[in-house]
Amino acid sequence: MIELKDIKKSFGDRTVIRGVSAVMKPGQCNLIIGASGSGKTVLMKCMVGLLKPDDGHILYNGQDFTAMKTEEKAEVRKQIGMLFQGSALFDSLTVEQNVMFPLNMFTKMTHREKLNRVNEVLEKVNLKDTNKKFPAELSGGMKKRVGIARAIVLNPKYLFCDEPNSGLDPQTSLVIDKLIQEITVEYNITTVVNTHDMNSVMEIGDYIIYMFEGNKEWEGNNKEIIFSKNQRLNDFIFASEFLQDVKDMRMLEETGKISEDRNMEQLIDEDAPSLIPPTDEEQENKQ
Amino acid sequence: MTIFSEIGRYLLMLKGMFSKPENMKMYWKEFIHQCSEIGIGSLGIVTIISIFMGAVSTVQTAYQLVTPLIPKSTIAQIVRDTVILEFAPTLICIVLAGVVGSKIASELGNMRVSEQIDALEIMGINTKTYLVLPKILAALLVVPMLVIIAAALGIWGGRLAGTAANIISGSIYDKGLLKGFLDYNVRFAMAKAYTFAFIVSSVPAYFGYYVQGGSLEIGRSSTKAVVTSCIMILLADYLLAAILL
Repeated sequence: MIELKDIKKSFGDRTVIRGVSAVMKPGQCNLIIGASGSGKTVLMKCMVGLLKPDDGHILYNGQDFTAMKTEEKAEVRKQIGMLFQGSALFDSLTVEQNVMFPLNMFTKMTHREKLNRVNEVLEKVNLKDTNKKFPAELSGGMKKRVGIARAIVLNPKYLFCDEPNSGLDPQTSLVIDKLIQEITVEYNITTVVNTHDMNSVMEIGDYIIYMFEGNKEWEGNNKEIIFSKNQRLNDFIFASEFLQDVKDMRMLEETGKISEDRNMEQLIDEDAPSLIPPTDEEQENKQ
Repeated sequence: MTIFSEIGRYLLMLKGMFSKPENMKMYWKEFIHQCSEIGIGSLGIVTIISIFMGAVSTVQTAYQLVTPLIPKSTIAQIVRDTVILEFAPTLICIVLAGVVGSKIASELGNMRVSEQIDALEIMGINTKTYLVLPKILAALLVVPMLVIIAAALGIWGGRLAGTAANIISGSIYDKGLLKGFLDYNVRFAMAKAYTFAFIVSSVPAYFGYYVQGGSLEIGRSSTKAVVTSCIMILLADYLLAAILL
């Protein structure tokens, strides 16, 4: 479990995070969403220790990460896996060597054991026959999957994903989302995903934080987000008319008004005042 | 950023390098890799420059020694001392600042920009120890070797040019080489080589490690690293000469 307690961060005069608190539980996908410049990347960097918060505490299973010495932090970091926006694979190493790198650095396994583990995680992320390829030979989606494989090879307790779907087509994005969710549940990992992708929000958002100008504007899950009355959140998530329609459909689904057995036409045939605005005549009759 | 904060950050980087390696085998592998990159990678250019440097020294010294009162073996003496004292350590290290320095700065800069350094940090690896220290240690081991090779090749190049142009015979050149030889000069050259080796590895590592931005900034930091290294080498060259000679 990761607990954030009143995290604040500024760069010079510019305050980027203004006292964010949250609890991120294991076995669920915790999403940080928000517009560009809202502070979500800075928050994630504070959480993994790449940036030091000016104030507040970050607790990993009750241990205060912000108060730890460098050596203690290094120990916690060994339990962290991270998927970067650009995958951050080592260019000069093959896929196999990239995934094996943490094993080489932190374990005393034999080469055979390491190779078995590498093949196991590569299979998990649906990458076969790519062991000897270099990152430059892979597609964006494949790079992300290698990044995930490298992040989970040491069986981390915490997985951080910084915009895992950026630059990917919708279908590949879905594959990556499903993969992250599968891994999270299977290994009971505390996963934190930083995303813009609304599909991810709806698909894997077990716990969602919406950031606005450095503040935690809203929190909830992918069911609650549909019914949110927060105007800023609604403006951000359902920015287009299409997404607004999707929201309406999802609301109807969630309230049981439509389902696989009961479609939109049936609903309109029945009394559906919330869907079809009453005519003036109907309005007068009612009164 | 002021020059003082740059120096402070450079010193902090050097201080940060000294931590217990997570896995000695991996660090050793990286050290050997860097030895090969810096040493073998620069051997070609060092060989070419050294031979021509010695050859030009012989021809130009002979051109200036017009009086028959000075024995021809003096040419060999002058070439030997010039090569050992100045050309081999200083000129070669300035070339290495370009060859090795730009490589170190751009390699680390690219790793920084593409978040590879962050990825290593998150794994719990001290990136200063893993990425910077092996480069500096490798340079400290390999650069003095390159300087010795450069000095030997420079002197041999001078002999080759002298005999080829009928300026001096091989035997007189060999005799001149042994005349008035001071082993202190070699020790002085080695002191220079170690100092310059530290400069050509640590200064570009600093510029690469702390690069911010994109590919344009990598190029800029690489240029800055080479220019700063060259200035530092020339400054250190003067200071060492003033102190040790």
